[in-house]
Amino acid sequence: MINWLGYIQLILQGAGITAALTVVGCLIAFPVAFVAGLGRISRHAIVRAAATVYIEFFRGTSIFVQLFWVFFVLPLVGIALTPFVAGAAVLGLNVGAYAAEVVRGAVIGVPRAQREACIALNLSRFQALRHVILPQAFVVMLPTFGNNAIELLKATAVVSVISLSDMTFQAQLVRNQTGATAIPFFTILLIYFAFALVISICFRALEQRLVRGLDGVR
Amino acid sequence: MDWDWTFVGEIWPVLLEGAVVTVEATLLGMLLALAGGLVLVVLRRSSNKLVSRPASLFVQFVRGTPLLVQLYFLFYVLPDIGILLPPLVAGVVGLGLHYSTYIAEVYRSGIDNTPAGQWEAAKACNLTPFQTWRHVILPQAIPPIIPALANYVVAMFKETPLLSAVTVLEIMGRARGIADYNYRYLEPMTLVGAFFLAASLTAAVGLRYLERRFAVQH
Repeated sequence: MINWLGYIQLILQGAGITAALTVVGCLIAFPVAFVAGLGRISRHAIVRAAATVYIEFFRGTSIFVQLFWVFFVLPLVGIALTPFVAGAAVLGLNVGAYAAEVVRGAVIGVPRAQREACIALNLSRFQALRHVILPQAFVVMLPTFGNNAIELLKATAVVSVISLSDMTFQAQLVRNQTGATAIPFFTILLIYFAFALVISICFRALEQRLVRGLDGVR
Repeated sequence: MDWDWTFVGEIWPVLLEGAVVTVEATLLGMLLALAGGLVLVVLRRSSNKLVSRPASLFVQFVRGTPLLVQLYFLFYVLPDIGILLPPLVAGVVGLGLHYSTYIAEVYRSGIDNTPAGQWEAAKACNLTPFQTWRHVILPQAIPPIIPALANYVVAMFKETPLLSAVTVLEIMGRARGIADYNYRYLEPMTLVGAFFLAASLTAAVGLRYLERRFAVQH
């Protein structure tokens, strides 16, 4: 008789790592997306170029390859990261690059008249961005950010290949020890799905809160 | 960390063989995803709830769970019920199914943008549902969404390294083999990254062409 309770506990521990990785990854991706996304529409050509290189690099090379590179190649130049830090950094930077395009698109999408009004009111560029452009653009970004967060959650499974004991890793462990395949994998699929639902519910609630009071503005 | 060109000279033919498998997997996955997406979108639009509900749930579930775990599921669970897929087939089926759920959404946007009058006209001409889809709706719905479809094909291409986790010897699988055998990660991992970067930059140019070519005329 297999002690399923113990194995379920093992998978739940992995679920904790997966959740932590998703949260930390999002915390990295969020500021990175704004810096890179606004960098791409900067006045200064150097900033634009740097942001473009970052975005194209992380979007162009697969996340799986990036993770291997960070974990196996960076130690050669003396940067040895723990699997968790390597995983969170790669996830954050990768999804941040995708989200940067969302930021850029939303900021560009703010009607031209809003910018002209800012100039007419003599707002500084920072004031215009902070008080006029971003509050409107942010509402547009949110639903896509929700999708990005779910993509990040799904991408966390990849860290199992650099021996970080996330949910996928633990399921493999259970498979190796018990020979059972359907139960561990189906369990983690359900947990991933539940996490994805939680993320989309959170983002929808956040969106509803932020749209409040914007009637008539858009 | 020093770059060894003679080592590169030794390994590139092996990586090239892997690249061929990567392209094969992408093309086969693409065919499956394009066909599967069409089936899913037609099922989801069915007026019979017993058909449309399960199809919607399937789409949501597949989109909310990691491709890597789905690949493990196909690779480890199916043999237990007597379906033994070769690694490449399992990989292609996984990729194709995963992306068919994304592509179904793209088809849906194309179909929703077809004017309602077209459906009514088809009904007035006494066309069967199949004739309506084949000769009226799809020829109008597909061209505007070709750039979005191509975008997902590129995204799928960048996820093929995951296939190495189910022992498919595509480019990443070969690179991991070489790296583990020689204990040199720098060159194989960097070359794989460069391969994906070059391919996706090329694809970006192609995408821009498609966007111009199939731009919706107003």
